[in-house]
Order: sequence, then C-alpha cells, then structure tokens
Amino acid sequence: MSAAERKTMLLTTPFHSRVEQYCELNDWGAWQGYTTPNSYFDVELEYFAIRSTAGVLDLSPMNKYRISGPDAQAFLNRLVTRDVSKIGVNRVGYAVWCNDAGELMDDGTIFHLAENDYRLCSYMRADEWLEWNALGFDVTINNESDDIAALAIQGPVSCTILTLIGCEGLNELKPFGIARFDFEGVEMMVSRTGFTGDLGYEVWIDPSKAEALWDQLFEKGRDYLIKPIGSHALHMARIEAGFLQAKVDFVPAEIAVRPGRTRTPLEMGLDWQVDFNKPLFNGRAALLKQKEEGLRYRFVLLDVEGNKPAEHSFILKNGKQIGIVTSAAWCPTAKSNLAFAQVEMPHGAVGDEFVAEIYYQRELQWTRLMAPCKVIDGPLFNPPRKRQTPAPAH
Amino acid sequence: MTKYDAIVIGAGHNGLITSSYLAKAGKKVLVVDARSQAGGCASTKAFANGFHISDCAQWVHQLDDKIVKELSLEMHGLRLGKAKRTIALQAIGDHLTVDGDSLSGAGISAADKKAYKAFRSQMRAFAKLMLKLYRTRAPKMVDADWGDRMTLLSVGLGLKMMGRKNMQDMMRLVLINIYDVMNEHFEHDGLKAAVALDAITGTNMGPRSPNTVFTYIHRMVGEALGNRGVSQVMGGMGSLGGALLSAAKTQGVEVRLGEAVTRMIKTDDRVTGVELSSGDVVEATAVVSSADPTTTYRDLLGYRHIEAGQARRVEQYRTRSGTGKLHLALSGLPSFTGVSAEDHSQRLIIAPSMDTMETCLNPIKYRELTSQHVFDISIPSIEDPTLAPSGQHVLTALVHYVPYELKTGWDSHEGAREQLLESLLEQLEAYAPGVRDLIIASEVRVPEDFESSHGVTGGNWHHGELSIDQSLMMRPFPGSTQYTGSVEGLYLCGAGSHPGGSLMGLAGKNAAEEILKQGVLS
Repeated sequence: MSAAERKTMLLTTPFHSRVEQYCELNDWGAWQGYTTPNSYFDVELEYFAIRSTAGVLDLSPMNKYRISGPDAQAFLNRLVTRDVSKIGVNRVGYAVWCNDAGELMDDGTIFHLAENDYRLCSYMRADEWLEWNALGFDVTINNESDDIAALAIQGPVSCTILTLIGCEGLNELKPFGIARFDFEGVEMMVSRTGFTGDLGYEVWIDPSKAEALWDQLFEKGRDYLIKPIGSHALHMARIEAGFLQAKVDFVPAEIAVRPGRTRTPLEMGLDWQVDFNKPLFNGRAALLKQKEEGLRYRFVLLDVEGNKPAEHSFILKNGKQIGIVTSAAWCPTAKSNLAFAQVEMPHGAVGDEFVAEIYYQRELQWTRLMAPCKVIDGPLFNPPRKRQTPAPAH
Repeated sequence: MTKYDAIVIGAGHNGLITSSYLAKAGKKVLVVDARSQAGGCASTKAFANGFHISDCAQWVHQLDDKIVKELSLEMHGLRLGKAKRTIALQAIGDHLTVDGDSLSGAGISAADKKAYKAFRSQMRAFAKLMLKLYRTRAPKMVDADWGDRMTLLSVGLGLKMMGRKNMQDMMRLVLINIYDVMNEHFEHDGLKAAVALDAITGTNMGPRSPNTVFTYIHRMVGEALGNRGVSQVMGGMGSLGGALLSAAKTQGVEVRLGEAVTRMIKTDDRVTGVELSSGDVVEATAVVSSADPTTTYRDLLGYRHIEAGQARRVEQYRTRSGTGKLHLALSGLPSFTGVSAEDHSQRLIIAPSMDTMETCLNPIKYRELTSQHVFDISIPSIEDPTLAPSGQHVLTALVHYVPYELKTGWDSHEGAREQLLESLLEQLEAYAPGVRDLIIASEVRVPEDFESSHGVTGGNWHHGELSIDQSLMMRPFPGSTQYTGSVEGLYLCGAGSHPGGSLMGLAGKNAAEEILKQGVLS
C-alpha cells in the first residue's frame, strides 16, 4: 500500500509514485507537510551524483505564489528588501523579506514570468503575510503550490540530460534565466537555478506530466548516471555552496517565540540583499536604525579543523562562548569541514580564529573535541561551470 | 510656492489646538478642512426653519480648562452653559437625580447615597492619576527615554500615594467591566445604569464588556480637568469651533476651509506635503493629521506607502461606534412625565437598567436594529433660546445602540432609518407623552452618517474604540504612538492619538508640544 493510499498525515507530491519506487532505504522525512525522502540509497553517493553527474530532487513541496496585476512589481518591492525592478522578464532573483521590525521572515526566489507577473517561491507558508501586504495594491495573489510540480536537476551533466528530453538550446541559458519548452504538449518551464552551488536547473510543469517527466529524465539520463537525491545530500551540497536555510540558520520571525531569537538580514550577512535606496520596504526603518546603531550578531562561514562536523557546537573565544553553529558538514568536494555560525559582535571578521566545541559519539562514548576554526570569506566550492554560458557539455 | 512649517489636516478642535500652539511658538502653520465650518465634530447646523442643532457632539464635559485659558477661548467667544444635573428617567415617573456626588429621588437608599459618594471619590482619585498620563505623551515601556521614565515614575509614585487599598482596586478594576463594579457598590438599578451609560457612551461596548471601568475613569478625567458634569455650548457646539478658529487666526494660523486634502505627498521616505481637492500641492516640514488614524493612513497616505505590518495594524484598529443621534425640531417644550418645567434643561437619560443596555447591544453585534434604546437627551434651546424660534425648541439625543453597519445595508434597506426613527419616537413618547405632536422636523443619524458628514471612520467620535489595547502607550497602535506617524514628516494630533476624544483638546495640545520638543520644525 502506498503512502497516498494509507492516507497518512503527510501529503504526497505529484512525483510520489516514482519517488517511492526509487526510495530504496524507505527513509522518509516531512518537508512542509509533504513526505519526501531524506535519502534514497546512500547519502554520500547521492551527494556525489550532484557533484559528478546529476542529482534529481523533488522540490514540489516548495511554496509557490503567483503574484500578478498592475501593481505586482510595486507590491514585491515593498515586500522584499532588494530592488525587484532589477529582475528582468524571464529572470529569477534571490530575495529575503522582513517584518516591520526588520526581523528576517524568510528567503526565497522571485521568478519574473512576464510584465507584472511573478512567482514567489518561499520556504515558509506565506499566504497570510502576502494578503496583508496586498492592502492598497492592485495585485492578485494565488497560492499555486499544488498546481505545479517541480524537480531540481543539479550537476555537471544536468544540461546534457535536459537537452536530451527536449530542452534544445538550454546550454545558452544564463544563470538565473528562464526558458520554456514543450513537453508532451504542455509547457515545461526551466530555470537555471538551484540550491547546490553547481550547474543545475529547476523544472516546473503541470502535475499531470510529473511522472512522465521523471520517467524520461531517468531513461535519458541513465547512461549519464542520473540519481535521485534526498534532503540529506542536498544539505551537504548547500553548506558547501554557502546557502542559508530558513528554520535552520535563522528562526523565521513569524514562528519565533522567545525574544531576541530573530535575526535581521544584516546580521545574517545578507546586507547585499538590502537596498536602502528604495524609499520603502518592510523593515527599512528598523534596518536603517540597526545599521547606524550596530549589529548584535554576525553570520560567518567557518573552516573547522579536523573532519568531525561541528554540528550544534558552541563557538568559543578565549574560553568564553561567543556563538553557536547553525549548520555544519564535512564537504567532500571542497575537502573541508565547514560550519555556519552566528557569533556576537564584534567577533566574526574574516580571519578571526575561534574554537568549536564539538561533541561526538563513538560506541556510546561521548567525546569532546576542541577544534580550532577560522572565519573564511565566501564558500569554498564555487566551480566555473556554475556561471559558464554556454553551459559546458559532458 | 509657500512652504509651511506644518500643515494640519482637519480644523476640528484638536487640529485647531495643535495649530494654535505651534503658531504660538512662532511656526508657520496652515490648517485645511474639507468642511466649510471649523470645529469638526463640534458643529452646529441649521435644521428646519429657524432651528439650529449640534449635529454631532452634544455635550462638553472634558474640555481642558488650561487650554481654554491659554488660548483665551472665552475672549474668542466661547460660552459654556451651566453644568447640568443628570436626571435618570424611571418608568414610574419618580426620577433619580444625579448632581455631582449627590443623589436624590427614585427612592434611592441612604446606603446607595453613601456608596455613591465613596465610589465617586475613589474614581476621582483614579482620574487624577490618569490625568498625569493624559497631560503628557504616553510613555513608552520599551525604549523609554528620560522623559518617559519620569512620567512612569510620577505615575508609579501617584499610584503608591493613593494607598494600598486604592492601588489594589485600581489594578483590579481598570480591566474589568462596569456591570460587576456597579453590582459590587449599589442596589438601585437606575443608578447602576446611569453610571454605566457614562462608561459606554461613544463606544461599541456594553456594561458587561471588559474595559468599561477604564472608559468610565476616562470620562471622570473631565472632572479632573475642571468640568463639573456636562454642559452645552451657548450658540451650539459650532461656537466652540468658532472660538477655536478665531483663537488660531489670532495666533497667525492660516486656515483654508472647504478644501479637502486628497492625499499626502511622499517624497522618498518622508511625507513632504499634501494635495488639495483644488489640485494645489502644499509643502511643509511636517504634516500633522487630526483625521482619524484609518483616514490618515488608509485614505490619505495609502497603505502602499507604509510598511505592511503597520497597514495591518491600521486595518485591525477598531473604529466602529454604536452611537447614533436623534434630532427634533419641536413647536413647543415637550413634557417629560415627572420632570419639572425648569428641569427639562438638564441632561435627561433613559437607561432603565444595565441588563436593558446589554440586551440593546446584542443585536448590533449582528448588524441588526435593536427594538429598545438608551437615550442621553438635551433640550438646549431652554438655556439658549437662540437655537430655536421663540417658544419653540430643539431636542437632540445620543442614542445607543445603533449599528454602524446594517446587515441589509442602511441605504439599500428601504425604510431602515424610518424604522429606527419610529422606534425611537415611540420610546420617547412613553416618557414624554405628546412629544410626537410637537415635531416640526426630525432626523436620525446613524454612525455611518457621521462618517460621511464629519469624516470620522466608523462614525466614532473617539477616532477609534477607547479600549485599553488601543489607549495610552498603545494609542492608536504600536508604531504610531507619541504623536509620530510611522513615516517621517507625519504626525498625529487627533482623537485617535493619546489620550483620545470627547472634546478634551489634550491630544492636540500634547501633539504640538511633542513636535516642538523634537525640534523638527526649526
């Protein structure tokens, strides 16, 4: 009996019949109310598919909001901290948004589909916040999360495989570009985007064609060693690429309960996302004030000595705790032990050295490791193929 | 183009008071109002042939004596009538008279008389303490500066000085309902209802609504400000507006009446001026709005020009009033059974019991008409014969409860107003037989009418429900307290800002003081 037939509390995605078939480990996790694999067959091998061939991730649980109408751009420009007018038609932009207090609510991507017609992809459900934001704007907001099936195909041969299923000329698509193709009579939208820091694409299609798309990808990609990947492999890749994750690296403001637990974009190293030249966006006044008065925290990327992931570690300076690790992993391609951490100001300048207090268990025995670590400037994995156009052929 | 230090939106009492104080400090001030008459809700209109009625506010009972003196309002023509006694009409014709702290008639017991004195004394002590908060901007609790801390200290000290019993009582009472407190203190149903009426006037609350002790204390602040109960304004309420206008002009305030502000102009991240209905654009260092917060943010500035959380707060700000009015032009003096000819000039109320009041509130929650109402009646032409042709009279009454919105719609429902009028007259007739035969002209005003005639959202003369979550340091809502708007260059000075409405004037005065203190205009 499949999960859908069992009527579990978790929903299934349009790819579920195939995902279930490929999920050899039967290792399921919940992602925003949907059941999705943590891993399919082997976390490391799935990770290496991303870096060496192609990994396929079912990202249908992602929240997708269609924002259209005469004020769509104006609406988004008040919602997010960056200047949305700089995202051209058929382009995608990363964006973060705050409440009035400047507290980070979520991050996501904005797809500019046509003039004043956008799709906002968010990690958190944002229906209510978007509706409040719509006051005074002539926009229509439609939660189309269930109307679109989405797959990420990431890795060096992703372009090659997608070309084989009919995305002719895809190699000419620039990073953050959008292209449209026909797939069995329906429109298939492909964006050169992803969460792995590699050459990669995301494919958006009507749910009725989801299974056919999966079948074609795995049939045409078999010789290129295409593999399905679960959230654990993605986790390694995104840390290696230096990407933040809501609810892991920061507490989204709407679900934060305890005072002081939220962070502003400036404190998350997202100041490049904040455009104070815009006269108005949610949180602007508060962020300007913080910019003048100084930050409380700094978000840093740490290179940790040794090979024990510094998960949930305290960060110490001269024996005193000055920060915590939010994400950590041994990153095989970068051959580095990386960690994201929030540290108290004034700590955290590039080159600052700390100690990560790492706990790990070996045969019931807990061991404490005091690993030296150092603040580095930017992710260690940043291959040229991520940026090259035309995308390199393999 | 002339650039002003400040443009004040609205020539209501608070708008004119703010303007006067700013001009007094040497600032160049322009006041604009869509209505052709100054005074806002303090207005008089011609009614039928030769009659004049106060068509919005009916009583003065909270006007700050200090403002009257500082702006020389008496010199500018303000004449208040004598303080009125309240005569609570009872069905049996033996009425209860409330004169300050003393009670008489209606078989009121000695115990009630004594308890009433004690109750009033305690409430007065609370009101005096509250006045400390009313005379200044409400202190912020978080991010408090030295000024705020001093206010908090002074209030805290005042609370302590009231003594342990009073302090405990205040903390206990301020959030609860007047219904329970009345039952704790008194026996007489008419007395309980008379006090409860003062607690619910102008709100959308019933005696059992939480928070109605707070609104009663708010009303008692009027006494701490030098008023002794309610008074009428000689010449009609519009004369208060006239006196304020004259005072403002004397201070050098420029006034443009009959010109509506259509929108505020936002340049980059600040408000820099307004556009008028004539198409004129006027610039100023500060735009000070005495319009209610909803009008200010939603209609004049626009939600798209403020942050979304703030827009949400405006949208959720409660503004609905449950108070309507009855206006009558009468060919002679009506005769209320059991009331002496002379006493017809006093404040007459019809509020049989608190339960009746609460029952009246129920239908309006569901946007329906109630069959019974509570009346707060004035026949101002007795004390001020200029309001009606000789020997004839005008009667105005505040009427609770009248829904802001009718399920069927006030206008789409044919005859809704007529039905309400008929019901009100029928109830009035029971206390003043023959009053219907005297009617020359009549009119009912529902909250929606005040919204269209006086521009107050929800028809609420407090510019927003005076509940504790929308009061003091939270008035009108976080992000827009202490008279500053949520956008630079924008200030609030109306009843929607601390300490609220009822022709008190303190919101206007405090706003001017705050703007001057911030030094933004120099």
